[in-house]
Amino acid sequence: MAATTPVCEAFDGIAALAQAVRAREVSAVEVTRSCLERIAQLDDQLGCFLRVDEQGALRQAEAVDAKIREGADEELLLAGVPVGIKDMLCTKDLQTTAASKILAGFVPPYDATAVAKLRAAGAVVLGKLNMDEFAMGSSNENSALRPCKNPWDVTRVPGGSSGGSAAAVAASLCPLSLGTDTGGSIRQPAALCGVTGMKPTYGRVSRYGVIAFASSLDQVGPLGRSAVDLAQALQVIGGHDAHDATSLPLEQPDYLAACQTPIVDKNRRLRIGLPKEFFAQGLDPRIERCVRAAIASLQQEGAELVDVSLPLTKHSIAIYYLIATAEASSNLSRYDGVRYGLRVTPCDGEIGPGQSALVEMYKRTRAAGFGPEVQRRIMLGTYVLRSGYYDAYYRRASQVRTLVARDFAAAFTKCDVLMTPTSPVLPFRLGERLCDPLSMYLADIYTISCNLAGLPGLSMPCGLVTEAGSDRPLPVGVQVLGPPLHDAKVLQVAAAYQRITDWHKQRPQILTRPGAEAASP
Amino acid sequence: MTAATEFEPVIGLEVHVQLATQSKAFCGARAEFGGPPNTHIDPYTLGLPGALPVLNHRAVEFALRMGLACGCDIALRSELSRKHYFYPDSPKGYQISQFDRPICENGHIEFVLGSERRQVRLLRIHIEEDAGKNLHLAGGRTSLIDFNRAGVPLIEVVSQPELRSAEEAGEYLRAIRQLVRFLGISDGNMEAGSLRCDANVSIRPRGSTQLGQRTELKNINSFKYVQKAIEHEILRQIDIVQSGGRVVMETRGWDAARGTSRSQRQKEHAHDYRYLPDPDLPPLIIDETWLASIAAALPKTPMQRRDHYLLRLGLTPYDASVLTAERELCDYFDQALVAAGVPTEDESLGDGLRSRAKLCANWLSSELLGLLNKDSREISASPVSAESLGELVRCVSDGIISGKQGKEVFFRMYESRQSPTEIIEQLGLRQLTDPTLITAACRKVVDDPAMQKQIEKYKQNPKLLGFFVGKALAETQGKAKPELVSAIMLSLLAEK
Repeated sequence: MAATTPVCEAFDGIAALAQAVRAREVSAVEVTRSCLERIAQLDDQLGCFLRVDEQGALRQAEAVDAKIREGADEELLLAGVPVGIKDMLCTKDLQTTAASKILAGFVPPYDATAVAKLRAAGAVVLGKLNMDEFAMGSSNENSALRPCKNPWDVTRVPGGSSGGSAAAVAASLCPLSLGTDTGGSIRQPAALCGVTGMKPTYGRVSRYGVIAFASSLDQVGPLGRSAVDLAQALQVIGGHDAHDATSLPLEQPDYLAACQTPIVDKNRRLRIGLPKEFFAQGLDPRIERCVRAAIASLQQEGAELVDVSLPLTKHSIAIYYLIATAEASSNLSRYDGVRYGLRVTPCDGEIGPGQSALVEMYKRTRAAGFGPEVQRRIMLGTYVLRSGYYDAYYRRASQVRTLVARDFAAAFTKCDVLMTPTSPVLPFRLGERLCDPLSMYLADIYTISCNLAGLPGLSMPCGLVTEAGSDRPLPVGVQVLGPPLHDAKVLQVAAAYQRITDWHKQRPQILTRPGAEAASP
Repeated sequence: MTAATEFEPVIGLEVHVQLATQSKAFCGARAEFGGPPNTHIDPYTLGLPGALPVLNHRAVEFALRMGLACGCDIALRSELSRKHYFYPDSPKGYQISQFDRPICENGHIEFVLGSERRQVRLLRIHIEEDAGKNLHLAGGRTSLIDFNRAGVPLIEVVSQPELRSAEEAGEYLRAIRQLVRFLGISDGNMEAGSLRCDANVSIRPRGSTQLGQRTELKNINSFKYVQKAIEHEILRQIDIVQSGGRVVMETRGWDAARGTSRSQRQKEHAHDYRYLPDPDLPPLIIDETWLASIAAALPKTPMQRRDHYLLRLGLTPYDASVLTAERELCDYFDQALVAAGVPTEDESLGDGLRSRAKLCANWLSSELLGLLNKDSREISASPVSAESLGELVRCVSDGIISGKQGKEVFFRMYESRQSPTEIIEQLGLRQLTDPTLITAACRKVVDDPAMQKQIEKYKQNPKLLGFFVGKALAETQGKAKPELVSAIMLSLLAEK
């Protein structure tokens, strides 16, 4: 049985879809229904969504259609565009759990700013997307609720932590999703699922209403089918927010215009930096070939290639795991069973002499509510912050972090953007790395330093690799990094690449149910 | 008690002052005291996932007022940090406070102890947010939490361990209360919890310069108990040392009902607060122009106003203390002075104006405050305005009415809210001071043929002057100013 082809697939990008909805060529309700149908057909085996809000989505779609009928559609840049939201962002009246048992049943009374802006632009929220618990992981296997599979090969991971966000777009369950990226959580799954995903400059998108993992690194960003779609989405979700003191008080540039601008004109050629530390040992040679081919095709368009060095790259994982775990241990203190979510209360007689019922409640709630990876990071972070060790760990890491940013600043005096592989490895098999957290941490080697330096970064598909003995091609991603605030430049380069290639248009063949015949969309 | 005199107490206070801002320290929820439980709340106050803090600049301004008034070093760049601990009244599992780099350091609090002026140095003043309130229901099975107070801005004023007696600690705390009220940054109400105090207490042999093992005394939530609780702790420590024991580092809670304290937490259970600069908040940068404008508009401190009253107006320390007890009283007095004709800006005042100021102080402290007190009224609800009181003082000083008449006028002012001039006119009390009219009245007496015999007697006995003055006053229906009548009569009789 062939799965429904969603209405959105008929349009060249979300701007065209929104235009058609505004022109009443297609209704928001029709678009939403077709996505909901496809989710119903495919998501049992993929596990992209943790919650599908069918009724809420249809209500929103009806409201958008009503607005258009009333002629009040001026502002609806994303009219009728179905979106999936990572479960890390609060959605009003729609359960939000960060894929953790500790937030079971938590229904936020408010929308995250990014979600509110999407809704205001006419987007339709379909539901909440799977992820690693509290965004801690690189395979989505740390979801406490259900596993998420890679649509290209359901025996493999979609990457993480925004695994659901990437897989849902790859499987055409929705044309656009939101993810969060703390150390690569948007870009790495985008690479592994063959979609385009962007982490904007730190502060570009408000973190208000985004469940905090590591506040100084977290950033919300879009995942979609093309750089142009991401430009449209970032235009909507970005901008200053008075509710977030770390939000940039700046007007946003016109990202769509940037996407149309050629990378080479008579005055200037784009300079692409290749940091040698990103093409070193540990990189799958098949990935390297795809990435170098992508860079070469931009060179053919007239871009200039520059060799650069980021010598502190080797320290970035260590720094990241000090800063991120310290902040996480602090941010996750609020999950204490007192006000919302899970509470495990000891029974009468279970409290020994000298024990406090309150302390027992804390211990049991947090032991039952947090999964192993989250507990591991809370313990690491608690250790990092303990009295007397702050200077040796957190402060030192923050100082090196400043040096990492300087490394990048120095590189960006020689080039406009950097291009690197996004992930050193192809999508790995479910369970393959689960018992080796350290090898999992290394999956983020190319994405982490971007968060440490607050840079904008994007990953897009640049090839397919079929492993020996398999008939299923696996996507490869290339990463574009720009200087802080140069989000438009990153989008411009990605859009230029996607004008001359069609890797971003490749879709996986997805079985409607195990053993059924392949259905091509 | 000879034993006690061998030891010297060393006391440092940590005073929490709730700032009287409209909204909370890091969100828009109302900061107002009270209200039905959990009505002054929002996602931030409840520590909901995803909620973020945004610093209330009014709270920073209030902290800066305090820092400037105490002569602190103001940090143009300071840091807001997270202080971690698990407790149900702490909705995020941490409190936003300041650790490494507080907004104010050093400085001092000035106050008067007995007749001595004291200056106690401060370690720091920092900004933080308040916690919610736990309510434990009887039976011990259920606790309720009210988050209305959670997130209300506080400053913590930390003194050096320079206080040397419970009494001095009490005066120091009263000085802080008075100061924050004068600065308009808090109501300083200890009973409502807007002023709270923890005391670090230790003892050492008199003459020693080393510090003894200290204990921290918490939960002293009324002025009444500050001295009592500290006194109790000093004696407890002396008892321990004298019976050969050692004071252990611990936190003790004051139990006002029993008049004693009990141990809450010993050192081995001491918290590691795992301070972390809050990554949700950028460093707190103070704009120098803003700071200068706060300094320029800084209200005068009670000590500055006290000095003004003592040195310029020549008031007694007692009067100065009474008048500077409340800012409203001070302001009232200053307005009354203006109305009484005492210039506010001149460098020095002559004796006449000084005594007029003294008169103003007397009318205010003994007459008006007496009546207000009897009627349980605040100075802000006084039926006699500052202008009216000043005018009354001027009338008395200028001899328009006598002091005795002044009292009658004053009582009528208090009853009717009328101005003294109106009442003086109504009662026809205005004293006759016109020399021509008084001379005419006097002349009528001395020219009266029936008086000639008495005049002859007067020449023998000048003590009879009073008789003639009385007659002349009667001619004016008692309105003439007696001193003037007396002087004029004297000169007329001399001509005879």
